[in-house]
Amino acid sequence: MASKIVTFTLNGRETEVMVKPLTTLAKALREKLGFTATKCGCYEGNCGSCTVIVNGEPVLSCILPVEEVEGQNVLTLEGITPAEGLHPLQQAFHENFAIQCGFCSPGMLMVSKALLDKNPHPTQAEVAEAISGNLCRCTGYDPIIAAVLQVAAGSNGNQGGSHE
Amino acid sequence: MAKLKGTGISSVNYPTGMNLGGDPTQALIHMTTTGTFVISLASCDLGQGLKTVLAQIGAETLGVPFENVLIDTGDTDTGPHCMGTFASRTTHRAGNAIIMAAQEARKTMLEIAADELEARPEDMETDGQGFVRVKGSPDRKIHLVNLALAGHFKYGKTVAGRGIFFKPNLGIDPETGKMDPDSTEAHACVMAEVEVDTETGEVKVLKLQSVYEIGRQVNPKLVEGQIKGGSVMGLGHALYESTEPYYPSPEHRPGGFFEYILPLAPDVPEMEIRVLEYPSADGPYGVKGFGEMTANAPIPAIVNAINNALGTEISTHPVTPEIVLQALDAKQSKS
Ligand code: FES
Ligand code: FES
Repeated sequence: MASKIVTFTLNGRETEVMVKPLTTLAKALREKLGFTATKCGCYEGNCGSCTVIVNGEPVLSCILPVEEVEGQNVLTLEGITPAEGLHPLQQAFHENFAIQCGFCSPGMLMVSKALLDKNPHPTQAEVAEAISGNLCRCTGYDPIIAAVLQVAAGSNGNQGGSHE
Repeated sequence: MAKLKGTGISSVNYPTGMNLGGDPTQALIHMTTTGTFVISLASCDLGQGLKTVLAQIGAETLGVPFENVLIDTGDTDTGPHCMGTFASRTTHRAGNAIIMAAQEARKTMLEIAADELEARPEDMETDGQGFVRVKGSPDRKIHLVNLALAGHFKYGKTVAGRGIFFKPNLGIDPETGKMDPDSTEAHACVMAEVEVDTETGEVKVLKLQSVYEIGRQVNPKLVEGQIKGGSVMGLGHALYESTEPYYPSPEHRPGGFFEYILPLAPDVPEMEIRVLEYPSADGPYGVKGFGEMTANAPIPAIVNAINNALGTEISTHPVTPEIVLQALDAKQSKS
């Protein structure tokens, strides 16, 4: 099938990518556009590590054809990382030892960001629910939940380097 | 049909490393022209924090700041030998190798400092802040960068050291069968509280209280991270995870995370952790290995708690809903 050009907003910038039909957003981001912060743990929609934010909603980029984001607003971990320093969520993950191998971290950060944007003061159970589509083999989740709650307590969780 | 609560306990005695052909791990250290101590290893950091704790151990022995130590690892083509990161062995093995290598490097470092400060090597000491100085006269000191420059460009000396951990294989006593398969041993006790739904067979772990006796802690926050992560992994092994199918033919073997069920954030129980430090005789600064045991110790505690709740005798894991319901049926037909 013929390749086609898909146009969308990536981290605040108009972006074009030439893809074969049914190329996933994850593949387009990592292999075509060089945005490698997004990680793929399973390529089948069941680990959450590839989560990015599309129009404010967390989505699994490994099973989303990039055509689906034509004209949409896509935010990846690169987009919330400030040029200097860290996003408050990144900082809190760092301080709470919420990262061990780090493979789940990009996805965990993006679901947490989507949660706090909608619900700046979630309960512990709401945080656990929000990240329940994301697997972490290393940390036991507890430090990740603590990090998100720390941001919720200290700020509105929506500052620093966001391009929306 | 009801939700029944139960409590279970486990106690664990866990070996560090193993004794296959010496179980060697090597470390090489050299000082660069900028005063950085590069520690070359083949041991691997999986996210448990190995690079951090080994840099701490290296810095301690060398007497230099943590920031002056760089762990260079992960390439088995170019690095010295390591048996591998498993069996809770690496902090213990690589740590011992690093202490040995650092002592050798430190000796040369102090000799250069002595030459520069016109004193005797045995009168040198490190201040841990980046200087080597003369004991008793703290103003006569030299910074690591100047020391490194002097070593390289004035004296033609290499500040370096070689270290190895090696445990001789003493074999098996043919009379008694006695052998010495491991090094120091760590210990743990876990108490689990569960709630079992007798209608659906589902188990919820409410609380895990753990006590770990792991020798000297190099980095307490990383220790806590291992115990928390291991507790939840153990919960997964106790209730969900199996590479065997729940049904008896290989086609049903898990093919991905849809079938291989891991614990998720809402499954995380309340966790309380205590750490006891009884330094080991043979570990670096008294360390014992403990990473692996943190995923094992919770399993029998959880299974025992389920049996306590139901009055059953389940002795396998994972304790899936089917296993719970079968055990309840067996109990009923017995009575
Ligand atoms: S890589 Fe997308 S869910 Fe696992
Ligand atoms: S930190 Fe390793 S999977 Fe989460």
